[in-house]
Amino acid sequence: MKIPEIFEFIRVDERLPHILCPGCGIGSAMNAMVRAIIESGLKNDDVCVVSGIGCSSRIPGYIDADTFHTLHGRAIPSATGVKLAHPELEVIVIAGDGDLLAIGGNHFIHAARRNLDMTVILINNFNYGMTGGQASPTTPQGKYAKTAPYGWTERNFDACAIAQASGAVFVARSTTYHVTHLRTLIKQAIKKKGFALVEVISQCPTLYGRLNRMGDAVKMLEYFRDNTISISQIKDPKEAEGKIVIGVLHDVEAPEYYETYKEIIRRAQAQKHHV
Amino acid sequence: MKKKYPSSKCVIGKNNVEICIIKEFCKGCGICVEFCPKDVLGLGKDLKVEVINIDACTGDRLCELRCPDLAIFVHKRKEG
Repeated sequence: MKIPEIFEFIRVDERLPHILCPGCGIGSAMNAMVRAIIESGLKNDDVCVVSGIGCSSRIPGYIDADTFHTLHGRAIPSATGVKLAHPELEVIVIAGDGDLLAIGGNHFIHAARRNLDMTVILINNFNYGMTGGQASPTTPQGKYAKTAPYGWTERNFDACAIAQASGAVFVARSTTYHVTHLRTLIKQAIKKKGFALVEVISQCPTLYGRLNRMGDAVKMLEYFRDNTISISQIKDPKEAEGKIVIGVLHDVEAPEYYETYKEIIRRAQAQKHHV
Repeated sequence: MKKKYPSSKCVIGKNNVEICIIKEFCKGCGICVEFCPKDVLGLGKDLKVEVINIDACTGDRLCELRCPDLAIFVHKRKEG
């Protein structure tokens, strides 16, 4: 067999097969992410993948690059430290919905506000998969979870809207069904200077899918296929009702944190020499 | 340090497409089988993916891109 180029970035010899359940969408997201990194022309020493705690946060363990597995919800603070100490590194944060929006919610909005150059891949599987399927901030109202056996009463977060309101410069959403689309979005997010968020709607067939009677991984992917709409196709807002909107939702230019910070240092040092 | 790559089973079809499957990594989720537009793949007795109709493969690599376990790879060999 010709050695696949994706194996350059994967610790095939000691880590695979991974611990994720059969049919889990996190594997597809990892597949797309590694391909996006390779297509961006990055080498193993140019990338740092940071994660917190959760199913999706196991991914850095399988990546053959600089990786950092940190405390629950603290992926973004650690990534901020990495980026400020080594601005030449391409920092990618990969985290789940519980990790990034519940315990790490404040870090998430403030990193978006600062607009530090990093790529955040939020894998949204609508529940806390690792701990047994508890309801998370993204569990839709009326759906079932282990802590919501009669249906979840609370309303859910829209991570993309939060990021956009907080000041992120690039916000996009895709699903694990649209893998080629997802890879393109991650590539764009890596290229973008500033805080870029890619939300990946993923299937959790073992818990969320089973509790909501959505069937196996294939059935859940078919659900994503039939219930998504691309943002470019929406002419009337009514068309998007009850559907997952995918595509680039927000793309603007804004001053990046490190550039501003460097400028301040330069100015302060110039004044010091003056005195 | 050189990496040790896992062993795989490869099948080459009439149209010069090579499909390699790493059985050790496959968990039998069936995503590649279901979303193959030409029904090239199937699940075997061991509930792992296997090639059943290699000649129909067009080399679109949808299985390779979707596989969560990095267990299947499609390679289009150059003519001749």
